[in-house]
Amino acid sequence: MSKGQKLLNWIDDRFPLSSMLKEHVTEYYAPKNFNFWYFFGSLAMLVLVIQIVTGIFLTMNYKPDGNLNAAGIPVAFASVEYIMRDVAGGWIIRYMHSTGASMFFVVVYLHMFRGLIYGSYKQPRELVWVFGCLIFLCLMAEAFMGYLLPWGQMSFWGAQVIVNLFGSIPVIGPDLSVWIRGDFVVSDATLNRFFALHVIAVPLVLLALVVAHLIALHEVGSNNPDGVEIKKLKDEKGIPLDGIPFHPYYTVKDIFGVAVFLIVFSIIVFFLPEMGGYFLEHPNFDQADPLKTPPHIAPVWYFTPFYAILRAIPSFLGTQVWGVIGMGAAVVVIAFLPWLDRSPIKSIRYRGPKFKFMLVLFIIAFIGLGILGAMPPTAGRTLISQILSFVYFAFFLGMPFYTKNDVGAVPVPTRVTDTNGKRQLQFLVLVAVTVIAAYLFATNV
Amino acid sequence: MKSKIRHLIAAMALVLPVSGTVLANEGPKLEKAPIDIQDTESLQRGAQLFSNYCLSCHSASAMRYNRLEDIGLSEEQIKANLLPEGAKIGDQMNVSMDKKDAKVWLGAAPPDLSLIARSRGADYLYAYLRGFYRDPTRPTGWNNLVFDKVGMPHVLWEMQGEQVLKTEKNAEGHEEHKLELVKAGSLTKLENGKANTAEFDKRMADLTNYLVYIGEPAQVKRHQIGYIVLLFLGVLLLPLTYFLKKEYWKDVH
Repeated sequence: MSKGQKLLNWIDDRFPLSSMLKEHVTEYYAPKNFNFWYFFGSLAMLVLVIQIVTGIFLTMNYKPDGNLNAAGIPVAFASVEYIMRDVAGGWIIRYMHSTGASMFFVVVYLHMFRGLIYGSYKQPRELVWVFGCLIFLCLMAEAFMGYLLPWGQMSFWGAQVIVNLFGSIPVIGPDLSVWIRGDFVVSDATLNRFFALHVIAVPLVLLALVVAHLIALHEVGSNNPDGVEIKKLKDEKGIPLDGIPFHPYYTVKDIFGVAVFLIVFSIIVFFLPEMGGYFLEHPNFDQADPLKTPPHIAPVWYFTPFYAILRAIPSFLGTQVWGVIGMGAAVVVIAFLPWLDRSPIKSIRYRGPKFKFMLVLFIIAFIGLGILGAMPPTAGRTLISQILSFVYFAFFLGMPFYTKNDVGAVPVPTRVTDTNGKRQLQFLVLVAVTVIAAYLFATNV
Repeated sequence: MKSKIRHLIAAMALVLPVSGTVLANEGPKLEKAPIDIQDTESLQRGAQLFSNYCLSCHSASAMRYNRLEDIGLSEEQIKANLLPEGAKIGDQMNVSMDKKDAKVWLGAAPPDLSLIARSRGADYLYAYLRGFYRDPTRPTGWNNLVFDKVGMPHVLWEMQGEQVLKTEKNAEGHEEHKLELVKAGSLTKLENGKANTAEFDKRMADLTNYLVYIGEPAQVKRHQIGYIVLLFLGVLLLPLTYFLKKEYWKDVH
């Protein structure tokens, strides 16, 4: 027996290293027909690691202090510029972190969309989906609190607007918002607690949820673009006929995905770190000033669909709480997909026309709300937001009805189909077109 | 399914540019600032203007004097030409004026200019620097085309001379505001009623260029490193991982 084998045996007697590797990597059988959409889970892990590592280095020089320095600049705001200018490699760390925040949402939105079109939330993967939704919720909290830290005008006023939302809750609202801020306005106290929550509390919960998400996934096995349960058909050794071990097949495939992702990521970090004012907003290069309200307060792009829903719902019965409830419901309703969808068919490939139609409407609503949420409101825009908000909720709440007897022309196969890359290639071209269109959009603003 | 997704993407691609033009139409149209962040001579001229005219009231506290070695100045040149009395080469570009005094004297404390180009944009600054005009209703006697009721006086009036505001109706019947030079300065000319502002505009482009530079001194280096990183990823990592995947997947059918 070699020395390496001896060491491994020694460890295995005390810690289930080999069996864990087998269970989760080398003998975790994944369907062989994963396509383009299946890169985003591993990419979300990559971005999480980028955020944690860059975040650690940022905390070494960042100072969560809202007081003014000798030059009249808030210490927190000045410390960010100190990182950008005087810390060796500081600008690259900071841009990786700011780009990573936005790319986290890009990747997670695409990951969630994958689950939506292939029915990955359906039985037996309900808990995978629910854990994922909790991760999404944590991510929103993490991004919101992290955005306060640079202590720019948008940091300050964005936090002010969002914390004030809690103030609209009847009876306990005003006290609740003071409790969250630790002060009557967003202040140094708020900055300190948001820093603590951003660097310790939320990341801990996030990591625990990611572990739960993966354990639940590996318990039930991965879904696939055909929505076929590969565990139903196994060979004499008990290996799914359509399954391949995650390692080496999907590790090498995901590494290729990482290479493509890193190219996109680097183009942004090195050439478009502000992304036309969408990843880093221009007014946030002005220091926080509690006495000067900016003319237009817009959240960062990844919150704009939900912000548009908030603004679309008018206040009535003398309270604005309805918009807040609507915004909260828009996030929470996603977690209930497994029980709203009544169709036995998982993948969109074999679904009927009703679901496909509603999905198109949903995509238009989500992107439309995202664009409207970034713009100052007008009467016309508010009306469109209201219509799109209705469509957004109709997609979810109408689901028990329109998915009931919605069957496509092609029956669900027993084995997975389409293992060649043709469809993926076509899709990549379309994605590239969309990215270019999105870029033109960003630069035109 | 295939065509459905294609339709979705086409719909998304259509929505985005349209909304882009909608957004772009808000706010006044600004002339593009003719700046080049790699032009170190322009940046050096801008640095001189900034130190002589701006830095007495406006700080750039995120910038250190020795950082100007970025734009091709030696330590001796910085010390001889740009460093104020008693300051050290590693000091930040601060002003001695107290913020509270400044507020009393000027109505508002002059903002720190370290990041002004990143919050307002180069085109705005270029328009602002050239946008001062005579307005007797203002306490300073000056107003600005892109910053109405501006508190700052026209510090560079000796260079630019005097402009006045002309309001005309354009072809579509909308009111259009234009500035007209009525008194030449040291860098502008008035010949037979025709204004020549090329020299002044060029200096303001230098100053704008410098403000863009101090907004992010690392930006030239950022681009340089970016090309190397992309070369590594695109030429080495991408093909390597692609063929690695191909090789491993040969036996998957």
